[in-house]
Amino acid sequence: MSDPRPGEASGEISGGAGRAGRVGRAALAYWRRSLSARVVATTMVLGLVMTVAIGSYLYNRVATGLVADAERVATAEALRLHRETQSQVDHTDKASVADLQQLAEQLVQSLAGGDGSRYAALVRSVGNTNTQQLSAVMPRGVGIVVPEELRQAVAANPDVQQTQVVSLVDPGTGAPLSAVVVGQQVSFPVVGEYSLYLVYPMSRERDTLSVIARTFGLGAALIVLLVGAIAWAVSRLVVRPVRQAAGVAEQLAAGHLEERMPTKGEDDLARLGKSFNEMAAGLQEQIVRLEQLSTLQQQFVSDVSHELRTPLTTIRMAADLIHDSRTAFDPAVSRSAELLHAELDRFEALLSDLLEISRYDAGAADIDVEPTDVRSLVARVVAAAAPLAQRRGSPVDVVAPPQPCIADVESRRIERILRNLVVNAIEHGEGRPIVVTVAGNDSAVAVSVRDHGVGLRPGDSAKVFNRFWRGDPARARTTGGTGLGLAISLQDARLHHGWLQAWGDPGVGSCFRLTVPRSLRAPIEASPLPLNPTVGLPVTVDVSP
Amino acid sequence: MRGRLLVVDDDLALAEMLGIVLHSEGFDVTHVADGSAAVAAFRESRPDLVLLDVMLPGMDGIEICRRIRAESGVPIVMLTARTDTVDVVVGLESGADDYVLKPFKPQELIARVRARLRRGDEPAQERLSIGDLEIDVAGHSVRRGGVALSLTPLEFDLLVALARKPWQVFSREVLLEQVWGYRHAGDTRLVNVHVQRLRSKIEHDPERPEIVVTVRGVGYKAGPA
Repeated sequence: MSDPRPGEASGEISGGAGRAGRVGRAALAYWRRSLSARVVATTMVLGLVMTVAIGSYLYNRVATGLVADAERVATAEALRLHRETQSQVDHTDKASVADLQQLAEQLVQSLAGGDGSRYAALVRSVGNTNTQQLSAVMPRGVGIVVPEELRQAVAANPDVQQTQVVSLVDPGTGAPLSAVVVGQQVSFPVVGEYSLYLVYPMSRERDTLSVIARTFGLGAALIVLLVGAIAWAVSRLVVRPVRQAAGVAEQLAAGHLEERMPTKGEDDLARLGKSFNEMAAGLQEQIVRLEQLSTLQQQFVSDVSHELRTPLTTIRMAADLIHDSRTAFDPAVSRSAELLHAELDRFEALLSDLLEISRYDAGAADIDVEPTDVRSLVARVVAAAAPLAQRRGSPVDVVAPPQPCIADVESRRIERILRNLVVNAIEHGEGRPIVVTVAGNDSAVAVSVRDHGVGLRPGDSAKVFNRFWRGDPARARTTGGTGLGLAISLQDARLHHGWLQAWGDPGVGSCFRLTVPRSLRAPIEASPLPLNPTVGLPVTVDVSP
Repeated sequence: MRGRLLVVDDDLALAEMLGIVLHSEGFDVTHVADGSAAVAAFRESRPDLVLLDVMLPGMDGIEICRRIRAESGVPIVMLTARTDTVDVVVGLESGADDYVLKPFKPQELIARVRARLRRGDEPAQERLSIGDLEIDVAGHSVRRGGVALSLTPLEFDLLVALARKPWQVFSREVLLEQVWGYRHAGDTRLVNVHVQRLRSKIEHDPERPEIVVTVRGVGYKAGPA
């Protein structure tokens, strides 16, 4: 936590983006975690797409229908008005251009509905080449541009109505507005063919459509919300039992084997609950059976222990008595007494190691820790091993820090591990020096025992912890080891949530490192000592088997 | 005679062998095989020390230990075939002073027995005071404000060992050597259990001891006087 990393610095610069990113990540996490959220969101999106599609289709149908209707009404009216106009023009007695102009303006004005529902325009037809002509009469208050194609069409078919929808500007609001334009030719005396255009703005239809659009929009929004609510309710129905099952499974995993899911009814969810409960019951049965087996095994081990140890005590005492007075016997009997005595020691060690191992196998080993200075355990073990070290000619050096290395350990078990390691080192040390190093860090205390003896072959560093493992089968077993020492030590270390690891190199020697956490509750972060003494850096990877 | 011992063990071969070995060391040995007869035999023979097997027919060693301890401070050494922490601790908590694990060597047993019987060679007049306790070493009595506290000889020895050097911290191993007479490493649980028993008798509040104080990671010391 000392040197700032480049990544952190850039994170500070883009703080705002980082916050948005965090919110985004939180939302994403919620999305991933919550099945309901995904179901509701997906349903709402699909619902929105559906309602928009249906709404647009209906709207178009309505709009088309309205326009068609408007056109039909407009053409029918226009036909009637055209006939009236033509007949007025036919019956007029006006002959001067000025009079005709006046007539035309009267006609156009009378044709226009005062309420803006209809306008009229009179424009000289395309192809009227008469020299005398009227000026075009255009409706007041609204700008209309008659499309050229309409004008052409009207001129081309003088007896037929021509209809077209054009857009114009609403004189009231200034908004664009569609209108139906119906054009037909009117024959004037003197000035010839003129086109009468009747314009029907579709303002009512527009209003209707906008009401429909608003209604559709509101309806769509309500439907999407409703669909979302339904999806949420349904997903709750389905998700709740699933969450319940997850909760119960967690309880089961935490060891509450009595936990069950409530089941009601006959549906799929009830079936899920039932199968879940059956599974839990099966597991519980199995676990209880195993527990019973373990208890039986434990009891058996305890009984064997007692039953074997009592006669062995008698034999031991008898053998000692005979051994003490062996000088009084003839040499063969005397030697037999010595062998009996020595082998009894081995038998005893083997028996107690076997019982210890079987106690671990039965899961019956428990630990009774108290804060202990590991240095004092090391000192005691090394002192106890001094006579053996002297016999073998291997000096044992202890390297320990001046301050206490306190950890929560069971002294008896840690001492047993250290005794095993030190005695092994002396026995395989070939008379060369042995170094026992003690060190501590924040999370752990470690002891390494380094010898400069035969060492271990590659691959053996894991096998040394196997029961009855022997480094070199060809080597005669000269020492009184039971072959279970390191296996028990490994179990002892694990009981402390610690590590026991081995390193070795043929001809260079070997190093065994015990690391125990300062507290049983806090895991080891790193061992304060290197496993490989030829490398200076602490090894942090747990390679213990 | 070096002392009278009561051996309570249902294994007749072992009991006979124990008899042979202990007798050759000069002890006077009485043997009881049945747990239910053990307490009566204890009352009758008034031994200097009891060797008690844990697993017995009739009444188990733990219960016998409790009953003997209720009426006497006589040294009790358990003979146990179990090494499980719980079994050993239960045995010690029921009042046993020491235990020997089967299979034991005869010398080991004799050393344990001798250590428990080795008494009465303290200097004649020695008075110690620790906390509000007055200790008369020669008279084997502990008083608080004139009222005598009932301690077993072992608990008394433990208290005296601590009280003689009130400022010194004793490691469990040192106490095992001084009080129990272990020359080699012994079971430090002996110390823990007996410190607890001692505290329950002498402390005002055994949960917050003031006379026998734990020194974390090292051992125990007698608290400020």
